[in-house]
Amino acid sequence: MSRPSPSLLSRVVIWVPYLWLLALFLAPFFIVFKISLSQTAIAMPPYTPTFGLSEGWEGLKNAFNSLSFDNYLWVFGDPLYVKAYLSSLKFAAISTVLALLIGYPLAYGMTRAPENLRTIFLMMVILPFWTSFLIRIYAWVAILKPEGLLNQFLLSLGIIKQPLIILNTDLAIYIGIVYSYLPFMVLPLYAALEKMDHSLVEAAQDLGCTPIKAFWKVTFPLSLPGVLAGSMLVFIPAVGEFVVPDLLGGSSTLMIGKTLWAEFFVNRDWPVASAVAILLLLILVLPIVYFQRVQAKARESEV
Amino acid sequence: MASLGSIRRDFAPWANPDEKPFIRFENVTKSFGSQTTAVDDLTLSIYEREFFVLLGPSGCGKTTLLRMLGGFEQPTSGRVLLDGQDLSGVPPYRRPVNMMFQSYALFPHMSVEKNIAFGLKQEGMPKAQIGERVQRMLKLVKLEKYASRKPHQLSGGQRQRVALARALAKRPKVLLLDEPLGALDKKLREETQFELMDLQQELGLTFVIVTHDQDEAMTMADRIAVMDAGKVLQVATPAEIYEAPNSRFVAEFIGNINIFDGQIVEKTGSAARIRDKSGTEFQIALGSNAQADGSAGLAVRPEKLQITRERPADAVNAIDGEVWDIAYMGDLTLYNLKLDDGRIIKISTINSRRRVEDALTWHDRAWVSFAPDAGVLLTR
Repeated sequence: MSRPSPSLLSRVVIWVPYLWLLALFLAPFFIVFKISLSQTAIAMPPYTPTFGLSEGWEGLKNAFNSLSFDNYLWVFGDPLYVKAYLSSLKFAAISTVLALLIGYPLAYGMTRAPENLRTIFLMMVILPFWTSFLIRIYAWVAILKPEGLLNQFLLSLGIIKQPLIILNTDLAIYIGIVYSYLPFMVLPLYAALEKMDHSLVEAAQDLGCTPIKAFWKVTFPLSLPGVLAGSMLVFIPAVGEFVVPDLLGGSSTLMIGKTLWAEFFVNRDWPVASAVAILLLLILVLPIVYFQRVQAKARESEV
Repeated sequence: MASLGSIRRDFAPWANPDEKPFIRFENVTKSFGSQTTAVDDLTLSIYEREFFVLLGPSGCGKTTLLRMLGGFEQPTSGRVLLDGQDLSGVPPYRRPVNMMFQSYALFPHMSVEKNIAFGLKQEGMPKAQIGERVQRMLKLVKLEKYASRKPHQLSGGQRQRVALARALAKRPKVLLLDEPLGALDKKLREETQFELMDLQQELGLTFVIVTHDQDEAMTMADRIAVMDAGKVLQVATPAEIYEAPNSRFVAEFIGNINIFDGQIVEKTGSAARIRDKSGTEFQIALGSNAQADGSAGLAVRPEKLQITRERPADAVNAIDGEVWDIAYMGDLTLYNLKLDDGRIIKISTINSRRRVEDALTWHDRAWVSFAPDAGVLLTR
């Protein structure tokens, strides 16, 4: 043969992303999963059993046999965790709705702006990413605290007599999450609305719709894939959010990200923390699978 | 009675001074920003049941004119009247006109049926009646079998029909069509042209159609308005536009034409003599251009010219040159004759016989001749 087999090269190329996923996603997942089946111990690392070949084949078998789902039962049995999950889902759901309510008009306005302005608006949406997420959340602390910028401004205008208590409340968490994840809502919505043919709206008006009716009958239904994509991109990270509730929320705020952190670093109970993490993953995988199905369906109907 | 070209049918409300225009543009100007004037002080009348075509190159303002009728653009000045009613400030959803969009603008999330029913639903028509009307529309455009399909499952021609059915479902007083056949291939386009004409006759509607395709305009129109740079240059029947263009632009935009530029040297009654740049003199019937004087262009269509090897003995106007190009098209043969000063004259002859003795070929000397009434004098 005068040239190297092309199938070998193409096989290598195909395997690179698989290897990437295997090394950086699947392997860590199995490690965490294994830890979640272990028992906590005062040791280094702080759980048993650890797999090693020092005790030979028999030791390895014993280690396997001592794995159990006890930690999951523990998590389900303790109302604290269940409450934390539910509360996280509530925070994420309300934040998603708020982000949609703010993001939709924003994206819609952007698509209706003159073409040369659109790029600038798009830049303005992306620009916050150039600053560290942590710094931006700390900035919100400075704005929302009782003697912060917001209260000073409102006091100086005479709108309020007493400083508002916003920091360390649920409201602060909503502000933080919606602020942080708004671009993830705006961008897919913008993409969905921008590719829409404006003559569809004109056709609806031509056939007797007022502009408002034309929006609900044509524009909104056609932007649903964008709504769904944006909502998923906000909802999924918001469920597991840790930084925002930790910095802006109060000590009584219950979110699974915070609980997870406490379990890991305060209680040093790695196995339970791992079980909490695996369960969180399962909770999030379901909507992702649903989302992908809907997307596949949408693609099918676009052909 | 002699007339210009063929008469399509006995319908000419524009020739009747008592007839009231159905649609009227009065001194309409439309500017976008301070730079572009899409429509420039335009006045135009369209009559009821007319098949009216707005024809012009892209950017001539024809689509803007149509969109002003649909209510999607407001005139900067002047007014648009429909059936005597001023349409200023009337939004699209309150106008008794419907539009078929160039992109068809079918709602991708609705079936064919729902698309057609859309306008009727907005009207608040009872459900049973909507169903009945939709069925009738589907039958009209021969799409009964496709009622539950989505637009993306249809071919281009079928989509065009759905768009047509949707625009017709509300029984508008006027149907506006923006390049309705632009997305179809040639054969389908020709078929659809005749279908549209039949439909318009059958429903007795006023059609206003925008196109840049002159064949389409010639085939379908009762009258054509030729537009350029925001102005209407000529409004006339296809035959008049073709045989008696009123300007160089109209003459050159529609079909092929030869223009001999020259000076009018003598006028006697309804005839004149014009001397072209190379000194050749032509005799010409003045026709409607009786006041023409000074420099003018003599415009003659290729099929009005005869090409022969020798100068015909009785020829009034003749000029000779060299056969430069021949294009055999089957039904026609096109000749390009190069005059001695380098100008090219286009001649077309009908191949009414299968065999031709002593046919002209490349680089033969030949004469081109034409009658005094074969051409039109153009002064602008």
